[in-house]
Amino acid sequence: MRATAADRAQSINPTLISIAALLVPGAGHIWQGRAQKGMIFLIGIPLMFAVGLWLNGRLFPFELTQPLVALAALASFGNGVPYAVATALGLGKGIVTAATYEYGNTFVIVSGLLNMLVALDAYDIALGRK
Amino acid sequence: MASHLGLLVMFAVFVSVIFAALLRDEPKEQLRFGVRLLAGFVGAALVLSWLMYPLPL
Repeated sequence: MRATAADRAQSINPTLISIAALLVPGAGHIWQGRAQKGMIFLIGIPLMFAVGLWLNGRLFPFELTQPLVALAALASFGNGVPYAVATALGLGKGIVTAATYEYGNTFVIVSGLLNMLVALDAYDIALGRK
Repeated sequence: MASHLGLLVMFAVFVSVIFAALLRDEPKEQLRFGVRLLAGFVGAALVLSWLMYPLPL
């Protein structure tokens, strides 16, 4: 009898799965055989992040002297690879005078937080809690 | 694309889709939950915005 993707994932370290999920949205679910959910996350979260950048949102720097900026940076860092790609391409400078600036920031920050929730869900699945 | 309502609805769509996929397993349940969530987000935003309409007094 062939092992299913979920069976194979059982033998993998849950921490490894959650790290993969954090780096690539939906990867943790796809790895554990939940392809439908994983594809929704794989498309939905980077798309929301991209819309945030398109709306002139900013990728905040880690400035510990400004706690709110540091928290925003931490949240947007939760996007994983899309965040790294956007940073490498020089996107996310943010145009403060743009009417959509705050909306863009909201999209970027919330997409990162949602991906953190998705990674936690993948961790729970790997532990057999769900 | 600077319509406040349009951006609000777009944001609500993204959050509803992700939460529906996260919290429900069956596609039918996901659709039903996602639509209810979206209606709740948009409805609550419209009610709150009308409540705040007379402010500041």
